[in-house]
Amino acid sequence: MVFKFAVKYWHLILITVVLVAVQSLISLYLPDLMSDIVDKGITKGDVDYIWDVGKMMLLVSFVSVIAAVVASYTSSVVSMGLGRDLRNAVFQKVASFSLEEMNKFSTSSLITRTTNDVIQIQQATNMILRMVVMAPVMAIGGIIMAVNKDAKLTGILAISLPVMLGGLGLIAAIVAPLFKSMQKKIDRLNLVVRERVTGIRVIRAFNKEEHEKGRFSEANLDLKRTSLWVNRLASILFPYMLIVMNFTTIAIIWFGAKQIDAGSLHVGQMMAVMQYVLQIMFSFIMISVIFIFLPRASVSAKRIKEVLSVEPKIIDPSNRSLTWYESDYEIKGIVEFDNVTFAYPNAKEPVINNISFKAEPGKVTAIIGATGSGKSTILNLIPRFYDVTSGSVKIDGIDVKEIPFNVLRKNIGYATQKPIIFTGTIRENIRFGRNWITDEMVERAADIAQVLEFASKHEEGIDYHIEQAGLNLSGGQKQRISLARAIAGLPKIYLFDDTFSALDFRTDAKIRLRLFKESKNSTVIVVAQRVATILNADQIIVLKDGEIVGIGTHSELMKSCEVYKEIVYSQLSTEEAM
Amino acid sequence: MSENQKKTEQRRPVMGPGGGPAFARGGEKPKDFRKTTKKLLRYLKPHMIGIIVVFVLTIAATILTIKAPKILGQATTEIFRVVMIRNTPLSGFLRTKMDFEKIFQILSEVGLLYGIAAFLNFSQGYMMAGITQKIVKNMREDINNKLQKLPLRFYDNRSHGDIISRVTNDVDLISNTLQQSLTQFISGVVTIVGITYMMLTINVRLTLLTLITLPLSAIATVLIAKRSQKYFSAQQKYLGELTGVSEEVYGGFPVVKAYGREKDEINRFVEISERLYKESKKAQFITGIIMPVMNFIGNLGYIIVAVGGGILVTKKTITVGDVQAFIQYSRQFNQPIMQIANIVNMIQSTLAASERVFEILEEEEELPDRTDAIELETIKGDVKLENVKFSYVPEKPLMENLNIEVKSGQMVAIVGPTGAGKTTLVNLLMRFYEIQGGSIKIDGIDIRDIKKYNLRKHFGMVLQDTWLFSGTIKDNIAYGKDNASEEEIITAARMAHAHHFIMALPEGYDTLIGEDSANISQGEKQLITIARAFLSNPDILILDEATSNVDTLTEVYIQRAMKAIMKGRTSFVIAHRLSTIKNADIILVMNEGKIIEIGKHEELLTRNGFYAELYRSQFLGAMVENA
Repeated sequence: MVFKFAVKYWHLILITVVLVAVQSLISLYLPDLMSDIVDKGITKGDVDYIWDVGKMMLLVSFVSVIAAVVASYTSSVVSMGLGRDLRNAVFQKVASFSLEEMNKFSTSSLITRTTNDVIQIQQATNMILRMVVMAPVMAIGGIIMAVNKDAKLTGILAISLPVMLGGLGLIAAIVAPLFKSMQKKIDRLNLVVRERVTGIRVIRAFNKEEHEKGRFSEANLDLKRTSLWVNRLASILFPYMLIVMNFTTIAIIWFGAKQIDAGSLHVGQMMAVMQYVLQIMFSFIMISVIFIFLPRASVSAKRIKEVLSVEPKIIDPSNRSLTWYESDYEIKGIVEFDNVTFAYPNAKEPVINNISFKAEPGKVTAIIGATGSGKSTILNLIPRFYDVTSGSVKIDGIDVKEIPFNVLRKNIGYATQKPIIFTGTIRENIRFGRNWITDEMVERAADIAQVLEFASKHEEGIDYHIEQAGLNLSGGQKQRISLARAIAGLPKIYLFDDTFSALDFRTDAKIRLRLFKESKNSTVIVVAQRVATILNADQIIVLKDGEIVGIGTHSELMKSCEVYKEIVYSQLSTEEAM
Repeated sequence: MSENQKKTEQRRPVMGPGGGPAFARGGEKPKDFRKTTKKLLRYLKPHMIGIIVVFVLTIAATILTIKAPKILGQATTEIFRVVMIRNTPLSGFLRTKMDFEKIFQILSEVGLLYGIAAFLNFSQGYMMAGITQKIVKNMREDINNKLQKLPLRFYDNRSHGDIISRVTNDVDLISNTLQQSLTQFISGVVTIVGITYMMLTINVRLTLLTLITLPLSAIATVLIAKRSQKYFSAQQKYLGELTGVSEEVYGGFPVVKAYGREKDEINRFVEISERLYKESKKAQFITGIIMPVMNFIGNLGYIIVAVGGGILVTKKTITVGDVQAFIQYSRQFNQPIMQIANIVNMIQSTLAASERVFEILEEEEELPDRTDAIELETIKGDVKLENVKFSYVPEKPLMENLNIEVKSGQMVAIVGPTGAGKTTLVNLLMRFYEIQGGSIKIDGIDIRDIKKYNLRKHFGMVLQDTWLFSGTIKDNIAYGKDNASEEEIITAARMAHAHHFIMALPEGYDTLIGEDSANISQGEKQLITIARAFLSNPDILILDEATSNVDTLTEVYIQRAMKAIMKGRTSFVIAHRLSTIKNADIILVMNEGKIIEIGKHEELLTRNGFYAELYRSQFLGAMVENA
């Protein structure tokens, strides 16, 4: 999957690989030159020769640095470009999801996939481009060069390499599980602090400060013990690496001296072998680092692939030719559920079962029922957040699956229980990208939804800038903006998903008063928690376990529907209910 | 929880891509370098001896590591001596044997040096781990103690995420720096000084030649740091923006879909994504060239040493072994410069982190109980507020001369729109906040004359924001009373109508409540908190009725449980239900933080003021009546 995205950059990848190879070869060539300086220059006292080789060395390292700089550029372009492409692809994919696909992932997991996972892949790509080419070239080339200089001396690697890698492996094997446990203890401390801070009122009310302090101390001590061992063990790592390398150097000089004495080796050659051997050892350490990093990246790649390989089920029908559709068609807003059943994919039980009702313009339809009875699901089927499992949802007698998204969504005003606010001005939040909404329409909506009431306290009015996640607004203010957004487009169908309960009573009343006065020709479907707010709806649908157990006006239901009565009595006293 | 104060929950940003040395990334800087350093040193002080030992060990290890190449050079020189002699025309006669004994001796000596150095380095790390962990543990413990003494105002005014991050992330950073950076800094400095010294003892002229590269690598480091820090911070910024967009769009998905805004959002995302690409490309590029550039400078040094050394050797001024030692030194030379640059940066961000930690430790503390404060065994539950004056911020007075008298066993209902400051009264009664004038008396005794823990013991509290900690249901109920027996817990749960649903859970009372306790609904959580309050058997109750998201049956249980627990106790109820309000002995109507009306239901209705309007709008179904 990721490779498909990388293909686009094949020429840059090729250039990088070649340049890195050049770089590696030069690093291999340099010790050779250095050994020449010693053997043929210094030993023989040939200053001219030293100069010549020196110039060569300079030239070669200059070429190397140029190659490195260019390779750094190309690999940055490739890795970051790949990251950008993946990021954009993931985002576009998610944007094409319906709620059904969205539900498969949690929001935070999707955010991680769009940001962190992509970063992981960027890093891995960058590393692969440089190290994966460099390390083997250096390792193999180094071995060839060293053996070429002196095979016997290079044999030292047969001992020092396993000692080095084995030791590192051992340390890692001991430290890694400890490290994991330390991470858990950090999480534990985090949790204790979080509970301490968020529950401070309860803790103080129940005089539990000492208890909480004890929990903190315990977690603190526990963390201290583990991280002490992690750090102690980790402090072996670096001295160990150094000592292996240093002893390798010593061994090379010792055995080198013997061979030089026997006349089978030059001093410069010995020094070159020394360099090569160290380089080879570094390359192997590098390769093991890659093996630690790659699995992490491949997990990220898998997580990204999961998103990209989702095929959205709900597709805009506007690409098909629709027999009924004419561009000047005006929606009236009659919403009809015909024997609708909906179940989440792979779920045993449907959320709603055989639902049939009709909501008409100018009338208010309220849906009430316990949590989990399927109230919101009914609303979600109308703008096609989900598609029905069986039966049909119709608007003006036309199946919603046959209505182009833009027509459907232009005619629906939808507001959630928890207001959703975006960074930008209040005006932008109300218009919400719908360019056909004029300033007058925005202002009218802001007026009805009581947005102007608080916006006018700011100098900028409804051009007041909202920070991320609406931090500079209260919950009620956000809800009013979210309502204004639903109102602004003069929709034919209003869907309020328990929108009003988050508002305070006065504002709630004011908004409803204005709204229903000014939108007499619209169909209103409202999901409610508070009985009091729906007492006077034209039709109340009572849901229980996904089925309609009563439908009618308040007074009708009070006579006929036990479930409704139960809900009402739980909230109102007898005389008010009547 | 206080509704008046705005909390800004800040997320820590995602770390940007591209590793790279610390000096290239840059970081925060402390506001007051000297003060913070002093305070941090105070934590190091008790361990001064240990730290000095660590420093000595580090210095010794570094010196040994520096000395080794010079001695090793002697071995090469010996080898060379033989080779040189053999190269002379008369070598046949002179056929000197290589002095292996001498070489062995030299090599053993070097081996010993390296061995000791490694051991010292390890001991240093081992010791420093102990010291660091002790320091950091103490620091956390200080915060722990401090958290107990901080007033509620502190918790209400700060974002929780920020406090938590200071206790964990910031302290972690301090720990890492203490563990590694300090000794690295020392060894870096010693290395530079030591190498220069060693080279000088070998040959002054060659040393000066080698030092030419020093300013080069310093300049390169500074130049690179300057540019890359700029790119990294830009990268961080755009990454933050991008995460922001993803959060908004993914979080607000239904709305994005409902209004068909996908295209705009994609455009917005792609635009920022492109900017991020440009900056991170540059940042990555710069990071990528650091090593090659440093290597190039290193090679330059090598050539200078080789050429210069070669010339000197031919002139017989120095030995070949010395040249070899020089070569090794010159390779070691550039590394510590980068290291020091890194560490200076690390120390800076560590000081910034310490500053944040000290900020908490220096916060103003809650007033302790008066020395002559008393403890009450039992109380009747009369509550009297006399001329109470209070405000969260001086510019916004909330209560002036508030007078309320509640008799034992009465119920007070607090009503008002969201954000009206209904929790203020709770804050004052429990002494979470102190009143600024007048007095609050319980059974005629000023609550400031009672020990805080004793006062709170007589109160029971059930908040809508049900706070349960991670642990079993049993533990959570037992929170209300020390050493509560199993029987007591179950009795309390029964009285709170929670027993039934708890038994229906597979693990019963041992069910774990975690951060994602999906198996327990919001309403059921509230029942658990009521059980908790039952167990603590308080004389005065503070209740907060749930408003939404509770299914009908649980709602019935909650109401019954609340009714049961209020029986015979003075209670303050933040009320959302009409039945509660109608039965209240006193209704306090709040708006914008102030109590604007006080009275009984009928009185308030006839007054036809704010309460009457509130009542009509909520309870008479304004929806269609007015349409």
